[in-house]
This record gives sequence, structure tokens and C-alpha cells, in this order.
Amino acid sequence: VNAGGVQIAHRRQTDERLQLALPGGALLGGCLDLLDRAGLDTREIRGESRALVFDLGELVVITMRPSDVPTYVEAGAADLGITGKDVIDEQSDRAVYELADLGFGRCRMVLAAIEGDDSLETSARRLGFMRIATKYRRTAERYFERTGRQAEVIEVKGSVELAPLVGLADGIVDLVDTGRTMRENGLAEREQISVCTARLIANRVAHKIRVDEIDAMVERMREAASR
Amino acid sequence: MTHPTPQGTRDILPDEMRELRRIESSLHELFEARGYGEVSTPAIEFWDVLARGDERIGSSAYRFFDPAGDLLALRSDMTIPIARLAADRLADAEPPFRLRYIGDAYRSVSPRRGQMREFRQIGIELIGAGGPDGTAEVIELLVAALDAIGLGRALVGLGDADLFRQLLDDLGVEGLARNRILDRLAAHDLVAIEAEAGDLAELGDADRDLIVQLSSLRGGPQVLDRAREIGGDAVARAISRLADTYRRLEELGVGDRVQLDLGLLRDLGYYTGAILEVYDPAVGQILGGGGRYDGLMGRFGRPLPAAGFALYLERVHIAQAEEERLQRERGRGSR
Repeated sequence: VNAGGVQIAHRRQTDERLQLALPGGALLGGCLDLLDRAGLDTREIRGESRALVFDLGELVVITMRPSDVPTYVEAGAADLGITGKDVIDEQSDRAVYELADLGFGRCRMVLAAIEGDDSLETSARRLGFMRIATKYRRTAERYFERTGRQAEVIEVKGSVELAPLVGLADGIVDLVDTGRTMRENGLAEREQISVCTARLIANRVAHKIRVDEIDAMVERMREAASR
Repeated sequence: MTHPTPQGTRDILPDEMRELRRIESSLHELFEARGYGEVSTPAIEFWDVLARGDERIGSSAYRFFDPAGDLLALRSDMTIPIARLAADRLADAEPPFRLRYIGDAYRSVSPRRGQMREFRQIGIELIGAGGPDGTAEVIELLVAALDAIGLGRALVGLGDADLFRQLLDDLGVEGLARNRILDRLAAHDLVAIEAEAGDLAELGDADRDLIVQLSSLRGGPQVLDRAREIGGDAVARAISRLADTYRRLEELGVGDRVQLDLGLLRDLGYYTGAILEVYDPAVGQILGGGGRYDGLMGRFGRPLPAAGFALYLERVHIAQAEEERLQRERGRGSR
């Protein structure tokens, strides 16, 4: 419902089961393994279906882009959600509760530049600021602010590695798993900004009023994550 | 849109207005019957008056100069102007004061986050009555207000703003570390508290576990027993006020509408003791809030204990519409 800009979700149906938002892409496999270990049947999600909503019996799973998970959870369209810490940090203004570090999907947020190239340092020294391309604008801005450096943060949507190669930026801030894409493009890591893993988040109101169901589900996921 | 209104503001047309007015008049009628007289204050105040109430108001207020060069601000809530009113205009009157209001307040929040910059609040203030009786009167009236507008399923979350302050004092955690922990508790970022052992080295593992466990406790009166069980004397002391208030609420017959919540910390500067939030199962956002602010009146030169609540009119309206829709669907046998 968009009632004058107040974004408050409501349930399409009178279904009272918990709704869990899962991220598509790289984290999905880890999420499904976790749900399996927690005793839920994920075969339907693993199948070829192009559905976005899955009925797992005790809960309903909805799948979406990782960066959409906080949006759905904040609005209450999902009670619980799993997404990367990188997404949560980038959307730190979303009012959601972060309940557990699930441990999987470990990646690192790094500052990288062309191997052997000193334009990061040169720009900082001679021009007073570095130009940084990233998909994580706020994370990058906070990092440079925190470390006392001036940077022009350029937000791009696609392959960030391209930006320093063609002179759009002196360096990039990006999430790396193995770092292979970066190395293949001749980039080298300079600084590690943070370590990101999958996190379990909850809608504030659902967490407050569906105490037993949420606590039980969180406990099951924590337990499954620790195995 | 050829002639837009400013970001975070909007127009209201007759169909919606009619429904909003119905909510308003139900609440006015109830508050009037309970002896809460209506007051009104200017939408603009001198900046230093608002800042006197809450020094952290800076980033959220709309500020501008009047022709005389004085710094003005749009009120960002109704409680501070009413504290000013009670201190100055009712200086010769005998407390307690029971006051109600409806009015627009302004915060320069990002409208993306699901909040309007101009929003209407309707609420009450009970000034001059301390806790737990004053707190219980306010909460009982809040429950009656929710019932009066058809939100019979809505719950009131009740926490204590001083609980963790007092507990951390007892544990000997002070200064920056204490503030850092309180900030994280206010954001309910338990992962950070659990994980950052190095950052929060002042806390031993056992204390950290205790804080994480306590801040997850919410529910009926068993929450208090559980807290005493895991926390011992320091926790028992910190929750004694909450326990008193809850006992009064049970006597008033609204215990089942109140959800005790040890992790509830609103980040508004003037709260002391009890803090409230309002939830409805049909919507994902908080419908209103309030609590005690026993220090606020003193900042305006008339120290009196006080408590109150405010409901966000538009969100209440959305919740009402959702509850009606759910009832219709259930009536059709979809469940």
C-alpha cells in the first residue's frame, strides 16, 4: 500500500504463516542448505520452477534480488529475511532487526586498484581526492569518511572492474569472493573494508508480536548454521 | 505532476479525509470523556525551546529565521511544545494536567524510508502523575483508544529506557563503551554485540550473553521471571519498576494487551523509565509510541513527572483498513 508515501505492506491473503524472504543468486544455495539442515523441504525451490513464492508447509518462502530483501522485510511483506551483510550495511537506514550471523556466504568488501598502478595515491596526493567506482556508494563513502580521506564516489550498476581500466576511476570498492574476476582484469586488492556473511533479519513489528514463532525459527536456523 | 508539493508532504481528498476525521472524532470523544482537555500550540517554535526539550533534535528539524533574525523551527513532535505550554501557561494551576492534542509535526526524514516529513499525531499527555500509577493510566487509555478505532488486536509494547543504563552501571561499564552498547541495543543489533568481543572488551563473556539474552526477552509476565532467573539481583533491581507497572495494568484489566519487552529502547532523548510502542499484526510498522519523561518538565523550569503517547494518524488509518479487509476475507471463508 502506498498511502501517501507511507510504505506499509499488508498481506495479500489471510495466511498467518511466517514469510521468509530469500536472496536469489550466490547466497541462495547456502540458504537452501541451511533450511534443509533446519528440517525444511526445499526441493521445490531447487527445481526448475520459475515461481517466486514457495509453500514449505510451516513457512512461505519468497525469492528476490538480495538487495530487495531489506525492503520487503522493513515493510513487513516478509517477517524474516536472509541477505548479505554487504546489503544490510549499504541499506543501513532500513529499520530491520539483525538477529543472527549465519556464517555462510563469506565475502570481503575491499578497495582495489590496477596492479602496480599508483593513481590512487597520486590522485589523493596531487588532486586531493580519489575517484572510486562502486555499486556500494554508501559503504564506500562511510569508509573513506571513517579513514579521513576524500573521495569522489561514482556509482555504477554493472561490472565495476571496468572503471579503472578505462580511466573512469582510480580504484573500486567491491565485494570479492575468490577475487578471480578482479585478478583477471589486472586489479589488486589494496585494503580490506569488512568481512560480509549471510545474516538473518526480521521485521520489527513481527519480531515484537510473533515472539514464539520467530524465536523458534531463529533458534532452528542458528542451530542449523552452527552445524 | 505539473505542480508538485514538497517532498514528504501530500494532499488529502474527501474520501480519505472523511475516514481520517472519523478516527479523530472517536479519539476526541474518548479522551474528552476521560478528562483530557484539548490544547493547541504553534507549528513553529523558537529553535532553542525545542532544543531545550531534546538536544539531539538538530538533524531532523526544519529551521529558518523570522524577520527579527531569531532562529525558528517546525515542531518535530508535540510533546516538547506541550511541556513548554504546561510549564508556562499552567504555572498557577494545580497538577495533574490531563491534555490531548492533534497536530502536524515535521521531520526531515528521507521519505523513501516510508515516513512523511509532515505527519499528523494524535495523543495525550498526563503531567504531574508519576509511575507506576500514571504510566498505567496512560497505557490503559492507549488500549481504550485502540479499541475505540477498531484495532482490538493491536498490542502495546512496554519497555524501560533505564533498564540497560542501570544494568550497565551495575556491571561497571561506563563512558563510550556504555553508549556504544546502548546505541546497538536501540538498533537491536545483537549480532554486533555478540560478535565484537574485542570492541566491547569491557564486557565479560557472561555479561555480554546476559545483555543479548535480556534484550531478546519479550512477551507476557513470564518475561520478568525469566529475566530474574538469568540475571539475578542486578536485573531484578532494574526491572522492578516495570514489574510494578505491569501489576497495575493487570489490575486495570489490560495486561493481556501489553507486551513486556526488555529490548525496547526508543532513541528519543527525553525518555526516562517506561517506553511504549504500538503494534498491529496487520501492518509492518509501528503505529505510535510514548512513555515517561520525568526529566522533561524540569528543563522548562517546572519539575513534574509526566507520561504520554502519540498515535500516527495515517498509519492508524492504514491499520484500520487492513483489519477491516482481513475480517472481510475471513468472513468469505478464505480461511
